[in-house]
Amino acid sequence: MSEHRDGNALAGPLADIFTAEATTAQVRCRACGLSTTLAQLVVYGPEPGLVGRCPGCTEYVIRVATTPSGTWLDLGGATSFHFTSTVDVPIR
Amino acid sequence: MTGSRAETATAHTLSLRVDEWSGHLPGQHVDVRLTAPDGYQAVRSYSLAAPADDCVIEITVQRLPGGEVSAFLTDIAMIGDELEVRGPLGNWFVWDQDDPSPVLLVAGGSGVVPLMSMIRARDEADIQTPFHLIHSVRTPQDRIYGDELTRLAAQAGGPSVTWLYTRTAPPTETRPPGRLRQNDLDDGSSRTSGATPTCFICGPTGFVEEAANHLLAAGHHADRIRTERFGGR
Amino acid sequence: MVHVTRGFTGRHPATDDRLPPGQYLTDDFPVLSAGPTPAIRRDEWTFSVRDGDQALRSWTWDEFTALPAEDITVDIHCVTRWSRLDTTWRGVAIDDLLADVDTAAEYVLARSYGGYTTNLPLEDLLDGKAWIAYEHDGDDLPAEHGGPARLLVPHLYLWKSAKWIKSLDLVDDDDPGFWESLGYHDYGDPWREQRYQGD
Repeated sequence: MSEHRDGNALAGPLADIFTAEATTAQVRCRACGLSTTLAQLVVYGPEPGLVGRCPGCTEYVIRVATTPSGTWLDLGGATSFHFTSTVDVPIR
Repeated sequence: MTGSRAETATAHTLSLRVDEWSGHLPGQHVDVRLTAPDGYQAVRSYSLAAPADDCVIEITVQRLPGGEVSAFLTDIAMIGDELEVRGPLGNWFVWDQDDPSPVLLVAGGSGVVPLMSMIRARDEADIQTPFHLIHSVRTPQDRIYGDELTRLAAQAGGPSVTWLYTRTAPPTETRPPGRLRQNDLDDGSSRTSGATPTCFICGPTGFVEEAANHLLAAGHHADRIRTERFGGR
Repeated sequence: MVHVTRGFTGRHPATDDRLPPGQYLTDDFPVLSAGPTPAIRRDEWTFSVRDGDQALRSWTWDEFTALPAEDITVDIHCVTRWSRLDTTWRGVAIDDLLADVDTAAEYVLARSYGGYTTNLPLEDLLDGKAWIAYEHDGDDLPAEHGGPARLLVPHLYLWKSAKWIKSLDLVDDDDPGFWESLGYHDYGDPWREQRYQGD
């Protein structure tokens, strides 16, 4: 049985790298061309690393590993990311 | 850590005072990082269970068999301890309280935690958006936040709440114990007053996938269903 | 700026001299997956040894399981810190699979069904140090542990023992595989704690 989670699980490691919230960005799979929200990737991990796979074709789109020296990031499975400009929701 | 209270035999709510916490959205999570003296680190994600109270946030931790982080947080961590917390995280699995669409919440076990955050935010803001929670638990003793949900559901304009029991049901329950079934969700979604509901499903991976499939089969649109899988069965 | 958490030890590393530094003992067999578990039918399974992208030798399931096999009892060590002692396997020694292969290659890229790869020096697969295993604990190797067959290189961290093995590619360069290209060590000796690049 393979346990997997959602792209939501990538939010923490990516928050260390991107100034924008990355999990709501649109990402396009290099293998099959499917566009999806990063939060909707199928994520395996967290150890040895987080592997975010395309929900359409299961190829990996993004990989993140946190090691003692820092974070390793592989965006090679994605053709592009689309970060939409968002208005900050007021926090009460 | 400013507080720890048992919700069930295996679930504890921890209160954490985070200086300069500027609030969060209902459904967001934090990452908790523990460091051993030899440098070994373990990071786990925990959903925020309630709106922030000034700088105090709450997470509810289900102790897992053999879970090195969850067992530490429920059994060893003490009031006054310092923990490393990163957050708030994730803007996808969040309820937008300005959206008037009715909301269907489907939880398996401790998957109720981020959904409770939404229910509490709705209650605090005194919003009338129709909310219906379906919470699948093993036994009546496993109802995390059971008393509070019962109280909220009894209020005028409160959320409606249905518990489903997979192993042991209370004597008054007519539904035979068992896993989530298609008609469990048909009942629930019809109670969200007709408009297209937004659905949030959270729980173990297998539960979330079954629930999502039931909702799709019941005619819900994929783009109105948001999921958060915890991993596990 | 590392903040040590009061009272947190992680899982207690054991002080058994059969355990590499930082490892703890478990009786479980945890499953770590970087992707979905492939379902490979034995009647469609093939395994090959390749020189670059040219197959030198190739076996069907029936041909492979007809090869002389060995029973193996070894300790295994996962980079995520768990170790198991005296695990039992049955499989074919890589020495036998490469017996009549003449190559100048110094490295191997192990390729798996499902796309996983890992890089190893060729010499680490020879002299009775590595096998293609298809039984564990007296039973067929379950899919979640790499069945139908997996590479077994017990003297290196377990990520080198590629599950769902499809081919061993003899190559000239030590190009990094799936985890090696994301910060993990190219060699991965547990006794020297070579977990990450630079260790």
